[in-house]
Amino acid sequence: MDLNLTPEEQRFRDELRAWLAANVPQPFAGGTNEEEKGEYFNFLRAWQRKVFDAGWAGISWPKEYGGRGAALIEQAILTEEWARAEAPPLINALGLSLIGPTIIAVGTPEQKSRFLPKILSCEEIWCQGFSEPNSGSDVASLATKATIDGDHFVVNGQKIWTSLAHVADWVLLLVRTDPNVPKHKGITALLVDMHSPGVTVRPLKQMNGDASFNEVFFDNVRVPMANVLGEINKGWSTAITTLMNERAHLGTGTYVAFKRNYDQLIAHTRQMKRNGRPVSKDPVIRQKLAQAFMELEIFRLTNTRALSKMQNQHVPGPENSILKIQWSEYNQRFQQIAMETLGPVAQLQGFDGGKWVYDFLRTRANTIEAGTSEIQRNIVAERVLGLPKSY
Amino acid sequence: MDFDLSKAQKLLQQSARDFFARECKPERVRELMASETAFDDKLWRDMADQGFTGLTIPEEYGGLGLSLVDLIAVTEEMGRSCLPGPFISTLWAAILIERAGNEGQRKQYLEPIAAGDLKATVALLEESGEWNPAAVMLAAIKDGKEYRLRGTKHYVSDAAIADVIIVVARENTDLVLLPVERGAAGIKITETPAIDATRKLYTVEFDNVAIPESNALALTTKTKEAVEAATDVATVALCAEMLGGMVWTLDTTVEYAKTRQQFGKPIGIYQAVQHQCADMFNFTESARSAIYYAAWAVAENDPSAKLAVSVAKSFCSDAAREVGNRGVQVHGGIGFTWEHNIQLYYKRAKSSEILFGDANYHREKIAEKVVDELEG
Repeated sequence: MDLNLTPEEQRFRDELRAWLAANVPQPFAGGTNEEEKGEYFNFLRAWQRKVFDAGWAGISWPKEYGGRGAALIEQAILTEEWARAEAPPLINALGLSLIGPTIIAVGTPEQKSRFLPKILSCEEIWCQGFSEPNSGSDVASLATKATIDGDHFVVNGQKIWTSLAHVADWVLLLVRTDPNVPKHKGITALLVDMHSPGVTVRPLKQMNGDASFNEVFFDNVRVPMANVLGEINKGWSTAITTLMNERAHLGTGTYVAFKRNYDQLIAHTRQMKRNGRPVSKDPVIRQKLAQAFMELEIFRLTNTRALSKMQNQHVPGPENSILKIQWSEYNQRFQQIAMETLGPVAQLQGFDGGKWVYDFLRTRANTIEAGTSEIQRNIVAERVLGLPKSY
Repeated sequence: MDFDLSKAQKLLQQSARDFFARECKPERVRELMASETAFDDKLWRDMADQGFTGLTIPEEYGGLGLSLVDLIAVTEEMGRSCLPGPFISTLWAAILIERAGNEGQRKQYLEPIAAGDLKATVALLEESGEWNPAAVMLAAIKDGKEYRLRGTKHYVSDAAIADVIIVVARENTDLVLLPVERGAAGIKITETPAIDATRKLYTVEFDNVAIPESNALALTTKTKEAVEAATDVATVALCAEMLGGMVWTLDTTVEYAKTRQQFGKPIGIYQAVQHQCADMFNFTESARSAIYYAAWAVAENDPSAKLAVSVAKSFCSDAAREVGNRGVQVHGGIGFTWEHNIQLYYKRAKSSEILFGDANYHREKIAEKVVDELEG
């Protein structure tokens, strides 16, 4: 075991740290109303462009597609530096952590050079069209169908819970192309232009007032054959590649936000008083804040260990399987602790711009999106521990 | 960066696993647990032959001079076998002697410890049960060229078979570390039967026990720091031992869930049982991440080391007990019996939860660092 940075990793960190110090913009939290959200979106889009131009987006992606060709472990260093510098997140999260890596894994050379650089630069925003109204956890039961018409597929059906669809330019879509074979075998993955005729997006308002999830309808949408990702009727293996990336990488961005929220909460506890003393001195609150810090650390270390294993042994280790459960459940517990720590003021929309209310409610989705906690536990039980399949 | 045991460490771990699987079977653990001191001299000497008793003791004192990361690879295997006896106690004392002792004292104690000829322990806790060395009240009264010890220590692990007990005592405002030989005049050692009979606890009373001043380990203000530093190392070793217990419990429970039939099917097909096992796995691998990092940070004197130790121990204290809870639950009625070995591991997890401070204690230490540090 050697957790010291190699000279090369050290150089990477120093260079990144210097760049962040010079380039991280003034904090801009945006807001929860539609107008402020649009402004925030443009701010984040401009930030990602800046990050891309400096060569820090998609650092482990091949250089020829705008990445840096860096080792995986450098992703962990980047995450920590990002959190330390309190830098804004990268908005094209699904493109960066799910769709880009899938295109790298199974895309044609044309698809790679066409799509990858624009994901990194945020020129094209991506969403992921897997879930359907009647197939949530059972992704392979999807019904959206595509039939061949000359050199095009024609897509009809509906997707749901599609994050970022309202702003997305492209979607990685799973469709049924052969209804006469077992459900996993007749699926194809398509790269679909969201601006195509026949695509309709309807935002779904969430309990926190936000509308970042959508319903997406496909009505005779024509998709060129060249946009098949992987092979026709073998889309399930493409989907699995994406889902594995989802479990492994979505949490990376979560750590940055989680750490920033933690630091902000601690700053509040030192200033707020209750029972004649700073909230930070309340022994019960201290226990809970320490527990949240411990969980944040466990997540960071498990993630770093997973990246190290993948880099050195080229296979995911068992730690990968629990990262989704960790970030989603730890984040929920942290938001609850934050509300308790701040006290009655935490519920007010006028406190910190309603940030704590918004985040508290938003984390309810964490254990549902990207595979529910129940599904994640099934996967651990069956694929890691070898227990018999329950469904 | 490489966040895993090295090839050599994995080989060391495998040889330890083979050794303890052969020499410390559950039947042996049960025999020792029922014995007066839970100690087996032959097993201890065989461990010494393997180099385990001197693993981290410097080569100049007959040890192997390996690092804390090498040590945790071995203590994990001790935990997997629920090894009875004074390994952690002796380790704790040895590190304290290495940190605080002078050259002669190191030679005097570390050489026989490495060779398996000497067992030791540390007497820190008093009636209050506080792990903070600042809470020590037991009096060391200076009387010419001697110290006189008066008072009682509690919860002293393995005191009855320790050849020497390092007593943490108070002389006015300073702490002193006094090695007391077993059988010294005025010492009385009484077993206080506790939850884990494989690692016995004792009350040690000192009735005017005389120790030459020259025997004291460190007569400087660094005494508290030395106790804390030695305790940090022993805590990480204990966490790895707890990890081994979690791994055993998880493996045994998963195996049971695959074979035990109910309603005509193995119980492991039911999601309620699968999710218990998945949670046990999550606790186990999370503990491993925290322990590996803490071991590395302590071995490298990283500035994050103390925080990393408290993160690891607060997590392991709750996780080891919780893995045991889930394991017993999945086993059903048989898991609650004396006959099933899971009870050995469950009791060990509970005693280890308390040893070197429970989760509440370490969470307060975390809070002192992350909630208070930047204040003012």
